[in-house]
Amino acid sequence: MQIYLPIAGLTVNIFVILAMGIAVGFISGMFGIGGGFLMTPLLIFLGIPPAVAVASVTGHIAASSMSGAISYWRRKAIDIALVFMLLAGGIIGTAFGVWLFTLLRAVGQLDITIGVSYVLLLSIVGVLMVIESVRAIMRVRQGKPVELRRPGSHMWIHGLPFKLRFKRSRIYVSAIPVWGIGFIIGFVGAIMGIGGGFLLVPMLIYLLRVPTATVIGTSMVLTLVTMASATVMHSATNHLVDALLALILMVGGVTGAQFGARAGQKMRSERLRLLLGLLVLAVGIRFAFDLVLRPENLYSIRLMETDT
Amino acid sequence: MRQGFSFVAALAAVAVSAGTAASERLVASLSTHRVQVTSNFTGEELVLFGGIETDAATQPRRSGHDIVVTVAGPRQTAVTYRKERMLGIWVNSDARVFEDSPAYVAVLSNRPLDAIASSETLRRLQIGLENIPLLQRASVNIAEAGSDDPFRMAFIKIKSDQGLYREVSNGVTFLAPTLFRASIPLPADVPVGTYEVDVRLFADGTEIARRPAPFEVYKSGIEQTVTTAARDHGILYGLTVASIALLTGWLASVIFRRD
Repeated sequence: MQIYLPIAGLTVNIFVILAMGIAVGFISGMFGIGGGFLMTPLLIFLGIPPAVAVASVTGHIAASSMSGAISYWRRKAIDIALVFMLLAGGIIGTAFGVWLFTLLRAVGQLDITIGVSYVLLLSIVGVLMVIESVRAIMRVRQGKPVELRRPGSHMWIHGLPFKLRFKRSRIYVSAIPVWGIGFIIGFVGAIMGIGGGFLLVPMLIYLLRVPTATVIGTSMVLTLVTMASATVMHSATNHLVDALLALILMVGGVTGAQFGARAGQKMRSERLRLLLGLLVLAVGIRFAFDLVLRPENLYSIRLMETDT
Repeated sequence: MRQGFSFVAALAAVAVSAGTAASERLVASLSTHRVQVTSNFTGEELVLFGGIETDAATQPRRSGHDIVVTVAGPRQTAVTYRKERMLGIWVNSDARVFEDSPAYVAVLSNRPLDAIASSETLRRLQIGLENIPLLQRASVNIAEAGSDDPFRMAFIKIKSDQGLYREVSNGVTFLAPTLFRASIPLPADVPVGTYEVDVRLFADGTEIARRPAPFEVYKSGIEQTVTTAARDHGILYGLTVASIALLTGWLASVIFRRD
């Protein structure tokens, strides 16, 4: 069944979009991430303008993190105080990201920025995840116990002022790195159309030493709020959120996520991390090819907004 | 009586002298004047029927009649970027703004344009994709680029690849010597707005009659609501989408709840 997407301005097959939503939802449920870093590129490869893809995916991620956050809430695995502190930076980061997005779009460098950001971020994160998980798998093979120590020794971050105590996570850290992390996630999310879960979780674990019990739930609530506000801000400034596209993705995404979560629980966590790392790396490499290879057509057209 | 006779003779003389310019008249009608874009719109083909009216005074044409139909869509301003290699990656560097260029152009004719009229005539009448006027702006100065300008050529090529610009040399069919039919192909992503249809009659390499036949493409139903809301009530629209997202997420957690 063909459906016309009013903001993207093109006709797509509704089942293709729905299937993509389910597939990405499955992966996101399996790994406990939003899946924006997969969804946005898929939409771009499908021919949806990158700006519309980024703006619309924010709604999709808000929906999938909402359903995740609720189940973590029931398990009391969310550190609300930490969420609020991260949000203080996150909202500013999102606003700054949406502002830069609008500016880059006006000077015609938005698509390239999205491309370069994807390559850099995904290859770095992908390589780190692969290395870390391969080490963990080798440790298991050699019969050594999985390391129980909290990763990261006493770093300079823990010497910063404005220390705060987060009871549920049982950590005592400075507010500055918490705001900083929130800012980065909000900023990156608005520009790239990703929730940033795959960035936030390692940052919380390695930099703030948040225990694994609360890390995913906390990350999901933060993603939920930054992405919901990114949806509103993108709608208010760029008018690029395609409600129909977002709705189809949401329905597919939340359905897929439920099955993905069940599949994920059956796998060993280090294998899961290796798979995710390879996936992240593959998307990064795919973007790198697009940037480096000589494009088929050196010219491209962008329509200016009509002021009617 | 004598006076009356000379009057008729004079009239006939006028008719003969005007014969090369205006003895044929064109009539044209579209199958519809309003094309509706709904959620399952996958493109449409509009049909234009037309006739060439002749009268007793019309001179027979040596080469017969030719019809050229030019359809021009709503005006848009578009930027064309050219990529260049910088530090190993391809970046948009140079750009031209095409001011008020038609979002859609179809040039339909019953045989190739160069067989209908000389390239000089086609250029003067701005017929054919090669000759449509496209104003481009580099930074401050606005100029009409020559037909061999690389940005102009790239712009037309991209639009043609999207199916929005096309030149169809068999797009007009003569059903009878004075009756013709043209099909106007509208792709799925056809822009909304007013379309101007310009029907021109050619004979012996010159234009002898012309007739306009506009139509309108509009969005309706939910598409129109969504577009208007997104453009005019951005914040409210965003809040709605965000609320729907939260609702969908909550519903999913209720439906799939296992404990």
